Amino acid sequence: MTRLWCILGLLCASAALPLAAQEMESTAPYAYRQLDDAQQESEARALMESLRCLQCQGQSIADSDAPIAGSMRSLVRERIAQGEKPEAIRAWLIERYGDYVSYAPRVSRLTWPLFVLPLALVLLSLLLLRNRFHWRRPA
Amino acid sequence: MSEIPIKTRGWSIWLPLALFLGFVVLVAVGLFRPADRNVASTLIDRPLPAFALPAPLTQVPGLKSADLVQGRPRLLNVFASWCLPCQAEAPQLKQLAAAGVEIDGISVRDRPKTLQVFLARYGNPYRRIGADDAGKVQLALGSSGVPETFVIDGRGRIRYQHIGDIRPEHVPMLLDKLKAVQ
Repeated sequence: MTRLWCILGLLCASAALPLAAQEMESTAPYAYRQLDDAQQESEARALMESLRCLQCQGQSIADSDAPIAGSMRSLVRERIAQGEKPEAIRAWLIERYGDYVSYAPRVSRLTWPLFVLPLALVLLSLLLLRNRFHWRRPA
Repeated sequence: MSEIPIKTRGWSIWLPLALFLGFVVLVAVGLFRPADRNVASTLIDRPLPAFALPAPLTQVPGLKSADLVQGRPRLLNVFASWCLPCQAEAPQLKQLAAAGVEIDGISVRDRPKTLQVFLARYGNPYRRIGADDAGKVQLALGSSGVPETFVIDGRGRIRYQHIGDIRPEHVPMLLDKLKAVQ
């Protein structure tokens, strides 16, 4: 019986380890704390989901546990709370880190083909299809 | 039926294979020479953002942006006691400080207690240290991690950003950069 308790205790301890690791909280005030105003929090949330974490680059700052993502969330929340527009915050970050920090694509001198090419391809395919189909007139 | 006569095909039969080989080469290049994933600051050659950070410890003064405009080039090191590469670059910072380079530090998301231990263990090459608990100044600088080292010229403009730890082979390079912006 005592052995069973030992095993149970070990299991609980091993389960508690990752919890202890997560307790390392950020020194940025709003890294893990939501804004009191639900409307502002949802605005901040939407922006955070479209900003790239600078360390774990496949993740948005809303998803990432990297320390710098905590700072970025805190920055976003504090500025939204001060009444700043989300797009202004995005522009501030792009000014410092380049387009890479944002997941929302912008039309620029470099990226316009990405927007024009699909349209051109659709037009081309329509033209090709028109030549392909011969509409038979009703007799 | 309008089938394409076999004769007119000619070289175009090789086109899919050529496209496929081109794709293989593209993938191979991406595999063996992965792109640089560091996010560099776009503030190079622009003035430092204005900031004023308190001192984390009593033994060193705090850091504000005006302190970095001294007529002489200097280094601004973004670091943290919790960051392993920062421990690895400590001897190189000591070496630079010994060579007469003035170094200021910004400790990011740090706690005074661990910072104290860090400085006691690895030495303190910093004239001033600013405590950037929220990481706001780090973001304002366009820094994407720790450690990073900025070369600041005498007029307080960012002239160079070194991403990652300073290894022994980077020391002469940084000294050259400092001399070049004098």
